[in-house]
Amino acid sequence: MSDSVISIANLGKRYVIGHQRAAGDGIRHVVEDAMRAPVKWLRSRASNKARQREEFWALKDISFEVKQGEVVGIIGRNGAGKSTLLKILSRITEPTIGRIEIEGRVASLLEVGTGFHPELTGRENIFLNGAILGMSRVEIKRKFDEIVSFSEIEKFLDTPVKRYSSGMYVRLAFAVAAHLEPEILIVDEVLAVGDIQFQKKCLGKMESVARTGRTVIFVSHNIGAITQLCSRAILLDKGSLVDSGDAAKVANRYLNDATNRQTAMSWPDQSQAPGNESVRLKSVRVVVDDGTTLLDGVDVRDPVGVEIEYTVGKSGVVFAPSLHLHNGEGIQIFLSIDLEEDWVRTPRQCGTYTSVAWIPGNFLNIGTHYVSVACSRLDTHELHFFEQQVVAFNVVETDAGDSARGDFSGSLPGTIRPMLEWRTNRMSSVSDLAVTAPV
Amino acid sequence: MDRLIIEAGRTESVYWADLWRYRELFYFLAWRDILVRYKQTVVGVAWSLIRPLLTMLVLAVVFGKFGKMPSGGVPYPLLVFCGILPWQFFSTALTESGNSLVNNSNLISKVYFPRLIVPASSVITSFVDFLISAVFLVVLMMWYRFMPPANIMFIPFFVLLAFAASFAISLWVAALMVEYRDFRFIVPFVVQFGLYISPVGFASSVVPEKYRLLYSLNPMVGIIDGFRWCVLGGQYQIYWPGLALSMAVTTVVAITGIWYFRKTERTFADVI
Repeated sequence: MSDSVISIANLGKRYVIGHQRAAGDGIRHVVEDAMRAPVKWLRSRASNKARQREEFWALKDISFEVKQGEVVGIIGRNGAGKSTLLKILSRITEPTIGRIEIEGRVASLLEVGTGFHPELTGRENIFLNGAILGMSRVEIKRKFDEIVSFSEIEKFLDTPVKRYSSGMYVRLAFAVAAHLEPEILIVDEVLAVGDIQFQKKCLGKMESVARTGRTVIFVSHNIGAITQLCSRAILLDKGSLVDSGDAAKVANRYLNDATNRQTAMSWPDQSQAPGNESVRLKSVRVVVDDGTTLLDGVDVRDPVGVEIEYTVGKSGVVFAPSLHLHNGEGIQIFLSIDLEEDWVRTPRQCGTYTSVAWIPGNFLNIGTHYVSVACSRLDTHELHFFEQQVVAFNVVETDAGDSARGDFSGSLPGTIRPMLEWRTNRMSSVSDLAVTAPV
Repeated sequence: MDRLIIEAGRTESVYWADLWRYRELFYFLAWRDILVRYKQTVVGVAWSLIRPLLTMLVLAVVFGKFGKMPSGGVPYPLLVFCGILPWQFFSTALTESGNSLVNNSNLISKVYFPRLIVPASSVITSFVDFLISAVFLVVLMMWYRFMPPANIMFIPFFVLLAFAASFAISLWVAALMVEYRDFRFIVPFVVQFGLYISPVGFASSVVPEKYRLLYSLNPMVGIIDGFRWCVLGGQYQIYWPGLALSMAVTTVVAITGIWYFRKTERTFADVI
């Protein structure tokens, strides 16, 4: 207890959802209700029953501790309560029950660019954002040059931020936040914005923060980042703490949850589908060589395909779909980009497209594999959609011996299990050993 | 190392320490609002002068020329401007800080800092406008070759009182606005109404003696009277019971305002 910088005990957060009236609706309704049935209104003020309010516990009985210098990941499905937990730790909202003790200065990064004003220049926004995040003016001045060089926007420092591209905006915002020096850093899903390069930079910076001995609490859907960065992880599900411990173990538990494993996912209602007006995701399927959806496992020797179906809403866009594959431990196996000559630089016409990527047989190792699909421009990295762990499939092994295993009877380690071509030649008939043997 | 305890209902002692720790934010938020306000307008800073000038012209003509209200020997525009100065401070402060929490909802739902800073910085922004307009008052006095009396040195007291009254009421409005968005419409109406009810376009001596005390329930009455006494002197006496009442009303509103604001503050992020 004494070396814990964060102690959370029996934390709970309840929200009240009014069914008929949303909060902030107006005095008119209060007055209306009072006028229409004065006695009923008076009585309902006294008891909660007549109010038709539903209670919703976003967090239930959460208890855990974080020690100095730990990097803890918080994972879970959408709606599990991760952001609520961070908001409470950041003192943005109060807990309903429970108690938290925190030792040390806390800085929270719940959103990239909080407080940025589009009319102000980059320079002005650095000061504004820094102050909002808790840095003093002296501190910001001191770190100003570092922040500017980290964000790589020197040329545009004095133009209004509303003229920045989304990439520049996010780089600047993260640059300011990255130079906070709190004892405890809380980060919520900031890796979800920005291109791959930005995400790498973010992760790199967070790693260096962690190495200086600071405590970091990190929420992300990017399981690869969690296992890379965090020593410990906590799994939340529907408001309760389901698992806690070594990051890889908890990530495995999360990924292997039965409801997370399915071989096909589709978005028939395109207005709800991931993407933007240019490209929208329609479906992702794991397929076998005749094009049908994979039902259970795929043999380790057989090729397996990932079919991405998407609609292009604006003609003239140029982009490339891509595929990320992670294994059951959350380790990324590869990122593969669709580089077909016919399509990669061709402006697309409106319509529905399918792109299928074939993973050769005798390549992946056995186990569950998780597919994430993305679609972006190759030059500017503008991201149209990026759906993480959207489908999954199992690679299984039968006893027949013509896989990379051969006759080997042990377990073959490794993230992949390729069948490589080996070439052996007998170089000479003389063995050096025979020549130097004593007579 | 500071040990922080987060629990339902417990924020008191840390809050005031935090207000001091986050004191630079008062400046930064006000700076931001002022900067943004003048960034893309051609008229820019001049707007702080044009607005009171035009209001003064309209009121002077309506109440002075047409209404033929008494001015106690002082040029009517000067009389009116002395009332406009504190009134515009109050009305802009009320309007802006009333909306301040809602307008800064993105900050309130994503970052921690004592929320009291938000309406306070709006009042500070309006105060800057006030200072700019006050320059014009000096110009006006030079134009009329009017020498202010010795009372002028009490002006800071009345400025402070205006600040307090603005802040006090804006706390209530800002906190109420989060839950009940109707105040978006109520506040401009009250401000418009207040312009004619308060002694801006006329001297409060016009109000019959027996209603004077009741009239002073409006804190701006005492403040505007005080301004006139400081700048114009002469016929303009302070109605002391009225001033006392104005100060009492301001204090009560301020204390209850802080209480209500702190009480509802913990739900801002959930409701906003």
